[in-house]
Amino acid sequence: MATEFHNLQELRHSASLANKVFIQRDYTDGTICKFQTKFPSELDSRIERTLFEDTVKTLNNYYAEAEKIGGQSYLEGCLACLTVYLIFLCIETRYEKVLKKISRYIQEQNEKIYAPRGLLITDPLERGMRVIEISVYEDRGSSGSSSGSSTTSSSGR
Amino acid sequence: MMKNREYQQIDPQALATPTPTPPPRPLPEHDLKPKRARRKWEVFPGKNRFYCDGRIIVARQSGVLPLTLGLILLTSGLFFVFDCPFLVKHLTSCIPAIGGVLFVFVVISLFQTSFTDPGILPRATPEEAADIEKQIDNPTGSSSSYRPPPRTKEVIINQQVVKLKYCFTCKIFRPPRTSHCSLCDNCVERFDHHCPWVGNCVGKRNYRFFYTFVVSLSFLTAFIFGCVTTHLALRSQGGNGLVFALQASPASALELVVCFFSVWSILGLSGFHTYLVAANLTTNEDIKGSWSGKSGNEDVGNPYSYNSMIKNCCSVLCGPMPPSLIDRRGFVPSDDSVQTSPVEVKLPAAKNDINMCTHGTKGLLETASRSPLLTSSCPQAKPQAAPAVLEPLPEVTPSPALEPAKTTAGRQSTSTPHKHHSHHRSKGKQASHHTHKTSNSSPRPHHSHSSRRKDSKNRDPKFSSLR
Repeated sequence: MATEFHNLQELRHSASLANKVFIQRDYTDGTICKFQTKFPSELDSRIERTLFEDTVKTLNNYYAEAEKIGGQSYLEGCLACLTVYLIFLCIETRYEKVLKKISRYIQEQNEKIYAPRGLLITDPLERGMRVIEISVYEDRGSSGSSSGSSTTSSSGR
Repeated sequence: MMKNREYQQIDPQALATPTPTPPPRPLPEHDLKPKRARRKWEVFPGKNRFYCDGRIIVARQSGVLPLTLGLILLTSGLFFVFDCPFLVKHLTSCIPAIGGVLFVFVVISLFQTSFTDPGILPRATPEEAADIEKQIDNPTGSSSSYRPPPRTKEVIINQQVVKLKYCFTCKIFRPPRTSHCSLCDNCVERFDHHCPWVGNCVGKRNYRFFYTFVVSLSFLTAFIFGCVTTHLALRSQGGNGLVFALQASPASALELVVCFFSVWSILGLSGFHTYLVAANLTTNEDIKGSWSGKSGNEDVGNPYSYNSMIKNCCSVLCGPMPPSLIDRRGFVPSDDSVQTSPVEVKLPAAKNDINMCTHGTKGLLETASRSPLLTSSCPQAKPQAAPAVLEPLPEVTPSPALEPAKTTAGRQSTSTPHKHHSHHRSKGKQASHHTHKTSNSSPRPHHSHSSRRKDSKNRDPKFSSLR
């Protein structure tokens, strides 16, 4: 059932965690950080497919930018090598800068798109860059049966 | 399931309190506020040790790191004290300058290799592990006494089939090039080998430090060797003879011995690793022959190589520095208090699970996820008393599942005709450890068994969810 939350406050007060959906990594391009854009069936009734795919594609682009091997990363690498990598203790690397951008992006997406739909995205960095964890909340007011049934259905699968 | 109902009973009480972030109330049963918040490194499940409040990470056994450091310091110290004055007088003062630069490079890169997180993958949260279990077909259903065979998943990378193995300790499918080090009990990304000389694994994050260390050490050793030889040669000129020279500078004799025995193996090692860097391979892959067609596949090549030596070198050594995924200095959210407190705002974290905290979405999740969140992790706390019949089996059977690749690697390493390996094996001291440490499991079955003991407790949620 599609539950609607008008804002985060409502989510906090009346929601209970029903399920967690995990978006796994996509290794077809090697070891770079990239997530599958396949739309999980559990979110079918919760969010539009295009919104979800946009979020994942943007995240993938951010990660690609962080891991891009090009002029700037070479410069950083050579400079680091000359200083015996002590420079990593002093400055923030490009990867870290992009990770901060990603974290801001995820927060913004949560506030604008996901929380109103009773969903919450966890930054993949907190899950070891293995998965994008999407927590699905059910309206507590709609009684435990719906959340109970969703958890039984998910565990029985 | 049971827990769900408990929380629903408490719910009306929670709804009665309108404020979203009430201060935690002391409860009679649990010590709600711990004396101090613990950092994640204190509850880290792997076998690493931490210093400086989590800033420094080393493997459990420091191996021979003190010996490595001692040898370097001793030899360099003797060089600067006994050989440099003579050489400065007779040759040039560039010698101590060059020696000094090399020495600094060696020591700093050694410390960085030893004390940096090599690319440890944090273990799966209970929900993640349960989700993976759901996706894996278990033909025996809920039979609890049968342990399923090792699980693999295949992906296609650059038109090549790569098998991803399931790690029973960390409960994840290992990403490509990731391997589980049984000495450290962690999955390490782009695992190269566990090096006892530096007392740490060598993986994605510290490979460049390790390479710098090995290359600069080979330069330093060769430099000292050359300088000491020159020194002795100059002293023994004028009809005095070598014996007189050695008597005049006995320290040089010691340096000569140390350098002579180490320069070959270290030069060989740096040559070997230069080859690996140019081919974008890891020691682990090279020894196992994953991409060289030894396992009988015709159509194999390294799918990660850019097919250009320069690009490979640049990507391995000058690529972006990935972050540490284990967040050693983050705080563990308070855990047991949440079971009884419905308005506890901090996210619960089970004992063995260090990654349930959500720093990034702290403002959202802390208040959004109440105690019902713990229902998913509660089954983990419960099966402490779970079927004891599971205990003995998991200890024995996983090790063949997890370790065979490594033990075969051990056997392969003795038979592989790789010229650098045989070069190493002929030199006693430092050679054998480096290359053979990729097969890090065979001498240490007990450690893997003890890790399995923990593992069986963590795996019980799988069975309970299947029931």
